[in-house]
Amino acid sequence: MNSMTIFGLVRLVIGRDVKLAMRRRADVLTILIFFVMIVSLFPLAVGSEVDLLRKMAPGVVWVAALLSSMLSLGRMFSADYLDGTLEQMLLVPQSFSMLVLSKIAAHWLMSGVPLVLIAPILGLQFDMPVESLLVLVVALLLGTPVLSMIGAVGAALTLGLRGGGVLVSLLVLPLCIPVLIFGTSAVSAITEGTNPLPNLALLGAILLGSVVFSPWVAAQALKISME
Amino acid sequence: MSWSEFFAMKGYALYIWGSYGVSAIVVLMEVILVRRRKKLALDQVRIAKLVEAEET
Amino acid sequence: MAINWFKYSAPSSFYALAGKLIPWFAWPAGVLTLAGLYIGFFVAPTDAVQSEAYRIIFIHVPASILSMFIYLVMAGYAALGLIFNTRLSSMMATALAPSGALMAFISLWTGALWGKPMWGTWWVWDARLTSELILLFLYLGFISLQASIEDPRRADRAGALLAIVGSVNVPIIYFSVQWWNTLHQGATMKLTGTSMHIAMQQAMFTMFFALWMYVIAIALSRVRSIILEREKNSQWVAELKEVGQ
Repeated sequence: MNSMTIFGLVRLVIGRDVKLAMRRRADVLTILIFFVMIVSLFPLAVGSEVDLLRKMAPGVVWVAALLSSMLSLGRMFSADYLDGTLEQMLLVPQSFSMLVLSKIAAHWLMSGVPLVLIAPILGLQFDMPVESLLVLVVALLLGTPVLSMIGAVGAALTLGLRGGGVLVSLLVLPLCIPVLIFGTSAVSAITEGTNPLPNLALLGAILLGSVVFSPWVAAQALKISME
Repeated sequence: MSWSEFFAMKGYALYIWGSYGVSAIVVLMEVILVRRRKKLALDQVRIAKLVEAEET
Repeated sequence: MAINWFKYSAPSSFYALAGKLIPWFAWPAGVLTLAGLYIGFFVAPTDAVQSEAYRIIFIHVPASILSMFIYLVMAGYAALGLIFNTRLSSMMATALAPSGALMAFISLWTGALWGKPMWGTWWVWDARLTSELILLFLYLGFISLQASIEDPRRADRAGALLAIVGSVNVPIIYFSVQWWNTLHQGATMKLTGTSMHIAMQQAMFTMFFALWMYVIAIALSRVRSIILEREKNSQWVAELKEVGQ
């Protein structure tokens, strides 16, 4: 394994994690169903008045995306932690942060991308116009990786703790608030006719910032938890 | 200015004394909790001493 | 004369030092509070716009400033503990967290009670109050993370990392809440809209120092308990006179 280049390692880890996740497809589906269910609850709770729903749609979809990604964070490292492969991964000659980044990418592929694909369909439930659906997809594409990356730090810190699932959300949700604010205001900007670009740009900035820092921070967190 | 006027705070009594009152209560609780924690810590030390005394 | 910086970083010597220091912070805190309240309620004039309601400012503003200040100090101690592996710095961070959370709670409570007469509703989604609420969540996250890890060493280091990540995120959160606030509800009346009468400023500064002294005293006594809890099996603790025979 040591003669492999960094990108070989990234490909290997992403391939492995995706394959593992595909074997237990139920987990991926449960997150998706959870996302759809939460979004569908709101019209029942709030009444089916169309213009009210259209106004609420971005917020509802984004909060549901946030909660669904919190749900799947617990599994990001725990399987490898329990059977000891995480300790072996610590010893990899290439940079451990890149390995963590590829694990985060694999997690995003299995939990973030399905949400992005299904979000427009849910948007129709809220009678959202087409262009705001487009902006919603772009915003989610920019935002969900950040949720996975910040979530990875939380998951690494609470590795192996009982009651870790709820604790991760408590640690991570406050840190995801900027993503929530810029994501929802991007979509509501387009529905009000103003330009969503500044919000998307800020989301992109947060995404780039997290790509640079969160793998290293998550790697440190893993080292702390695995001592 | 008589005391009753003072406490009335021109009708804002509820808000002013509500905020100062709760702040005072919360601070008092913290002081009590910290002192209690000190006492419990000392008890733990005494227990550790006893356990060690029995072992030797 | 080379100053031995690390003389007081050993828990045993710091335990004694902290014990001597606490009264030096506790008594001034009490005196300054009385002074601040006296100036605030008897010297400061009635405000033209809000008559008496503004007097809540003397507890609200110091508590808000302190809640943010303590978070940064906590993150600083946490970073020190992580980098230099000095257990005492991590203990200080752990000791500061509850006090910071308490200041955030006081700031929220007094902010809400002040919002009622001024803006007519108990809770106002004002940018500052909302950011303060998120800061309280950050504190509670730190405290519950440390509480759920048994091994003190891992708890310290995990909490430290969370505090550092949190302190990096605080400016981003403050900016995004400002952005969100101007989006939905224009800038509300600034907290200190009217020009501050000199007595009002004096009262506020006095109350700030009073609360600051108080927090130091409380944090020092809490860190002493933490030292005892962690060093309960060591020899120097057994010989403490407080422990007795």
